[in-house]
Amino acid sequence: MALRRFDLEAGGTDFSFAPETEDKIAFWLGKYPSEKKRSAVIPLLWLAQKDNAGWLSEPAMRAVADRLEMPYIRVYEVATFYTMFRLRPVGRHHIQLCGTTPCMLRGAHDLKEVCRDRIGEPFAITDDARLSWEEVECLGACVNAPMVQINDYYYEDLTPERFASVLDQLRNGVDVAPGTFVDRQRSAPLGGATSLLDAGLFDGSRLAQAHLPNLPEPVTDTAQPAAPARTTLIDVQPGPPPERVETASERVDDLRKIKGIGPKAVTQLQALGIYQFAQIAAWSPADVSRIEAALSGAGRVGREDWIAQARLLVQANKEA
Amino acid sequence: MSNDQFKLNIDGRDIDVPRHYTLMQACEAAGAEIPRFCYHERLSVAGNCRMCLVEWQGAPKPIASCAQTVGEMRPNPDGTAPVIRTQGDYVEKARSGVMEFLLINHPLDCPICDQGGECDLQDQAVAYGRSGSRYDLNKRAVEDKNMGPLVKTIMTRCIQCTRCVRFAAEVAGVEELGMISRGESAEITTYLEHSLTSELSGNVIDLCPVGALTSKPYAYNARPWELRKTTSIDVMDAMGSAIRVDAKGNAVMRILPTVNEEVNEEWLSDKSRFVWDGLARQRLDTPYVRRDGRLSPASWGEAFVAVKDALSGRPEAIGFIAGDLVEVEQAKAGLDLARRLAVQNTDCRPAGAAYGVDGPREQYLLNSSFMAVEEADALILIGCNPRQDAAVWNARIRKAWLWNDLKVHLIGDPVDLTYDYDHLGTGPEGLAALDTLSGASRPMIVVGEDVLLRPDGQAILAAAHAAALNIGAIQDGWAGFGVLHNAAGRVGALDVGFVPGPGGLDTAGMLSGKLDTLVLMGGDELDLSGLGTTKVIYIGHHGDAGAARADIILPCAAYTEMSATYVNTEGRVQMTRAAVEPKGEAREGWAIFRAMSDSLGHTLPYDTADALREGLRAERPHFAGLGFAPAEAGVEALRAPMAGTGTPDLAVPFGARRGDFYLTNPIARASKTMAECSLQHRGLETAVAAE
Repeated sequence: MALRRFDLEAGGTDFSFAPETEDKIAFWLGKYPSEKKRSAVIPLLWLAQKDNAGWLSEPAMRAVADRLEMPYIRVYEVATFYTMFRLRPVGRHHIQLCGTTPCMLRGAHDLKEVCRDRIGEPFAITDDARLSWEEVECLGACVNAPMVQINDYYYEDLTPERFASVLDQLRNGVDVAPGTFVDRQRSAPLGGATSLLDAGLFDGSRLAQAHLPNLPEPVTDTAQPAAPARTTLIDVQPGPPPERVETASERVDDLRKIKGIGPKAVTQLQALGIYQFAQIAAWSPADVSRIEAALSGAGRVGREDWIAQARLLVQANKEA
Repeated sequence: MSNDQFKLNIDGRDIDVPRHYTLMQACEAAGAEIPRFCYHERLSVAGNCRMCLVEWQGAPKPIASCAQTVGEMRPNPDGTAPVIRTQGDYVEKARSGVMEFLLINHPLDCPICDQGGECDLQDQAVAYGRSGSRYDLNKRAVEDKNMGPLVKTIMTRCIQCTRCVRFAAEVAGVEELGMISRGESAEITTYLEHSLTSELSGNVIDLCPVGALTSKPYAYNARPWELRKTTSIDVMDAMGSAIRVDAKGNAVMRILPTVNEEVNEEWLSDKSRFVWDGLARQRLDTPYVRRDGRLSPASWGEAFVAVKDALSGRPEAIGFIAGDLVEVEQAKAGLDLARRLAVQNTDCRPAGAAYGVDGPREQYLLNSSFMAVEEADALILIGCNPRQDAAVWNARIRKAWLWNDLKVHLIGDPVDLTYDYDHLGTGPEGLAALDTLSGASRPMIVVGEDVLLRPDGQAILAAAHAAALNIGAIQDGWAGFGVLHNAAGRVGALDVGFVPGPGGLDTAGMLSGKLDTLVLMGGDELDLSGLGTTKVIYIGHHGDAGAARADIILPCAAYTEMSATYVNTEGRVQMTRAAVEPKGEAREGWAIFRAMSDSLGHTLPYDTADALREGLRAERPHFAGLGFAPAEAGVEALRAPMAGTGTPDLAVPFGARRGDFYLTNPIARASKTMAECSLQHRGLETAVAAE
């Protein structure tokens, strides 16, 4: 990694954010408390870079620092740490060429040669100021290797020829659609799917009883019609069913307010007739073990202290 | 074992340490020596050099002991205390590995490096490193950075410990240093290589464990082992910071801070640290007598003949003024001589001052100690700028503001003090707001000396004192009211009573040309233009304003050349020690007066400085307490109401600090380094003002 320094000459002395960027700045600043607004330094630097023709000039960096009331040196540290902030001018279309292992194995070296041929050395800008390039580390599109990122978009499954034609088109002012350059849907296999082809996989017809080989055979009650066996690793002790409590719908508490109870547990609890905090608050140890058995979560009620939580919520409801 | 103690087994020894200790502190408590580069006890923990690795039995990796809090360690599975080893193959291998990495990119330029001989990296490479290098690739090189006239940079030597960055951000309070880029390209720099603007910037030189940041004025001057080291006291401000004067032959080669927890911790202001080149320039090394309008060198005998002539007139037409740097002994001898000559025109205060004439010494001391600001919960600064007048104390105020939730209020010029404050007003009208600050339980009110030079200075001091009594700044065990002086000699001279005698003139009166003869002891900062035909006997060590106006010059020793007493603004009595000989014919100040008294026929009753001091201690017992700051001992004296005459003049705001921080005394004005700093600082101010 070469030394990264501001191009002070090209940066001039002034920078101002585009008017339409202000909304985005407000969005990012809105995410943090006002006394911690320096947390927004990376998004703001990014926005400044976008407003400054794809590179971060020194005045742009100072504008960010002034907005966030940060010492310049602190912003300077961030701007020089992250190589996604480019401190020198770039072409209108800046190419980030992935040179990490998968892309390298799939021919990134050849793409680099194309760049050298068509543009020049990394960070050189073509005479018409349209193109520049740099090599970057993995962009996370290894399935579609080799690939490049041009400004904000990925151009994938490139060959030297295809890439050269992309560069030529961009250079001639023709926009090129991003995405893959071969016959595939996004990252799907070339020429279409090669596995999971059976339509039955997707129509529900395969929903059948799962049979795990090491589980004991389920005891089927011949008097009852065979229900789909539940496969669970916890031995469920079927206890006496809880008393059912009939409740008016408006008396149903939002049980999820209790930490530990999620949507699934709510459904299960309601199936057991538990609708209100008051019911949980009144659980005896026997109730607890019965409920835990039904929820397949031994010790969960005590660990997450549902009863105490429920009592507080009952209290809160009364006060409200 | 109480709950806040934690049991550890370090190198086979069981030890209890407080839970908040770092493992490094615990190991040191157990007597182990832990090497380190990035860790510094007065800075935040960075944990990036990895030199302090120790073995924690059962841990998968060596532990960076500086970043491991003891209270967060787990006991062994069987419940016994964690077992730490700071020695042994495992630790030695880890440290030698770290050292090898640190040295990979470190140049082997120790023979030309100023840090050589006092370099942490050098010492630790000997102790913990390998005997040779296995690295035969290219080393990286880093461009040197401009950090101003004080700090020289050779950045290839930097090991990225970030001590300097943390110092600037945390202690100095100027976020100007940072580490830019990453990995192998990481570099320490100021923003676009602007100079450091902190008045504490020299401390990064001490902090730098390698030779990356070294002293620019001292570059290539000496090796540490050639230097004669003398611990002493600084006189550039009224703090009396502890210093070490390093001398070679009869030249002061550099000045470094030493640790005095109660005064300067271990920091030193740039003026105190870099003023030493001024000790070798513009020196008065022989007496001079003005003949036919020109000063010409003379012997002491000739000079005393001229002095006798000048001092044999009417006592009412003779005056003595003691300047900013005058030591207690000289002030005492000068005062004794004046009184023997029946001279009542004596003063050690700048023109306009009316304080300190009567009343207890608590009325002109800071009273609360420098340290006490860390216990205070409110600090009210009235017309004072501690960043200039006591730069090192300002760092302590910042520390208290940063960590102890100290609230600072300022009445006066709204300058950047490196911490936030509540600005109550620019002039005496802000005093009215003081009474609303009654919420603090340990408030501290500090009045700048400049305030006392106003015509209404006494009235403001009295008003501030009344407010102090009102809001509880003066209570049992808490003397939170006082004056921050900016001259090292002032408190000592006031302590010996160097103020106008009955019917005597004060400084302004003596400078107005009414006298026949004026004995000027230093006092180069005074406005001498009104002296008219007054004959001036100048006693000083630098050819500055006073010497230029003088008719007789008697050269005396500077603070590095004598063992002398100074009293700092807290009232702490401290002594300098002679590091080098006085220049040429120069003599210690008190000895000049002793000899003068002899030639005038009024021989002073002491033949040695010790005899003088003994008399002084008998007369004023507080001079016996060397190093002691009275602090809350002064509460009773402070409770007495202060006599203020007149009312504060609301129309006149407290002015900006007069003069240039870097050029406040003749030694600093003779220093090239200080001139450069001043120039750069003023250039900076202009640039900011232009924006």
